[in-house]
Amino acid sequence: MDFISILSIFVLACFVGYYVVWSVTPALHTPLMAVTNAISSVIIVGALVASAAAGVPGAKWLGLAAVVLASVNIFGGFAVTERMLAMYKKKDKAPSRKEGK
Amino acid sequence: MEVHAVNPWVALAYLIAGVCFILALRGLSSPATSRKGNRYGMVGMAIAVVTTLATHDIASLPEILAAIAIGAVIGLTTARKIQMTQMPQLVAAFHSLVGLAAVLVGVAAYLNPDAFGILEPGGLDILKGSRIEMGLGVAIGAITFSGSVIAFAKLNGTMSGAPILLPARHAINLAALAAILVLVSLFHWDTPALFWAIVALSFAIGFLLIIPIGGADMPVVVSMLNSYSGWAAAAMGFTLHNTAMIITGALVGSSGAILSYIMCRAMNRSFFSVIAGGFGADAGAGGAGGTAREQRPWKRGSAEDAAFLMKEAENVIVIPGYGMAVAQAQHALREMTDLLKEHGVNVKFAIHPVAGRMPGHMNVLLAEASVPYDDVFELEDINSEFAQADVAFIIGANDVVNPSAKTEKSSPIYGMPVFDVEKAKTIFFIKRSMGGQGYAGVDNEVFYMDQTMMLLADAKKMVEEINKALTD
Repeated sequence: MDFISILSIFVLACFVGYYVVWSVTPALHTPLMAVTNAISSVIIVGALVASAAAGVPGAKWLGLAAVVLASVNIFGGFAVTERMLAMYKKKDKAPSRKEGK
Repeated sequence: MEVHAVNPWVALAYLIAGVCFILALRGLSSPATSRKGNRYGMVGMAIAVVTTLATHDIASLPEILAAIAIGAVIGLTTARKIQMTQMPQLVAAFHSLVGLAAVLVGVAAYLNPDAFGILEPGGLDILKGSRIEMGLGVAIGAITFSGSVIAFAKLNGTMSGAPILLPARHAINLAALAAILVLVSLFHWDTPALFWAIVALSFAIGFLLIIPIGGADMPVVVSMLNSYSGWAAAAMGFTLHNTAMIITGALVGSSGAILSYIMCRAMNRSFFSVIAGGFGADAGAGGAGGTAREQRPWKRGSAEDAAFLMKEAENVIVIPGYGMAVAQAQHALREMTDLLKEHGVNVKFAIHPVAGRMPGHMNVLLAEASVPYDDVFELEDINSEFAQADVAFIIGANDVVNPSAKTEKSSPIYGMPVFDVEKAKTIFFIKRSMGGQGYAGVDNEVFYMDQTMMLLADAKKMVEEINKALTD
């Protein structure tokens, strides 16, 4: 891909990000940070490329170290987000004595 | 290698991964769809990882799988064990990992450019453009890493939350940032020394940028580092020509930037004044100045007073702040609201955008304590209701209920949107002592109002006593 197509994707994705993130409810801003954190670990793609390649041992080990770091983030980030989101509950229909007074 | 002559199916797979990430964020528009969104995120990540592994000649599959497994074990155990009050530290720690991973990938790409397909055709030199992208990625990654480490230490209490002010820090920081930009733009000359200078300088600047920023400004810092970790991923995406990384980087980058903006707006401060740091530096000195402060009359309330008045109330609004998190009072607080509801009281929670140490911090804590999210309201949605409220119950918050933000032009928090608690008939203010003055170091008029009763105690203990009085 040439630079301009990549740049186009990038710029358009910034706009998508802008509108999508403004629509996130403030109550979920902490899960938002946790999940963005998990997905930014897509950098693992670069780490995998580095560790898959033969030839330069230094690059391979750095790549493997990056794979570990990114995996911590991916698994930890998604799991902690899942855990948080599971806690958000709607009001249950249990009748409270609203008309009590 | 194959990265440039992209197989259309491979490019498509990365694009799908990118779209999954968009859907992951989109799901967060409401708690009802949020978990589905998170699943999309996982699917997207799986697609990206599998595609990468399937389309490269892998010389070391067992090692890679072992690396993933190690990361998974560490990540999953951390995610399971972490307490909700520690979420800000955890997020800061996670950001530092993204930053460090970006640096490692950048260095690996520099050492083995052939694997990343960024060599000039037929040559042994790295493409000029790729070098600059790589330099940027590594620089942002390193800043994210060292900045997040400091943010983590401050949030975790490993390091004092007070701002550390170096003399001439603005000059040093600006010079260092300028130097990084110059070095990155010079990096089209392939000189290894330049590359390592960028790495070293960026680590240093991340450190220097965050140390002058005080603890309560951390919501902005954490959001900002979130944004940086995105830009780092995007820059590496440019190097690798990888759509998934670019889309994700842009999403995360904008997400963090928007959160920083929301936080700054909620404090009525400019982003630059937060980044410049030093705010709240006088808070420590404020304690000493406190003795000079005139002694004004205030009323002390008891748990029984609070229980009695709230039981008889029709509308109660609870305003939690960082103090609630520190005291771990959220469960006791939920019990209190349940008891009040049994008495037919209408209880609502009011959350200020900067309450706590990260965006949405209070919401998560209340959700953890099983407070239904439709009882929890944002500042602008509930502020008009204080006039009808019988009781405003302030627990661990201070600056966000300080009316001087509305009236006193000289106040450091002037212009910050605050809750109109003074309109409530009665105010209960839980606070550890009359000494502390909140983060901004400003005296709070609410303490001395006629309708205010101060409940001086640890927040959790006080709420537990109120609960006891409510059940009697």
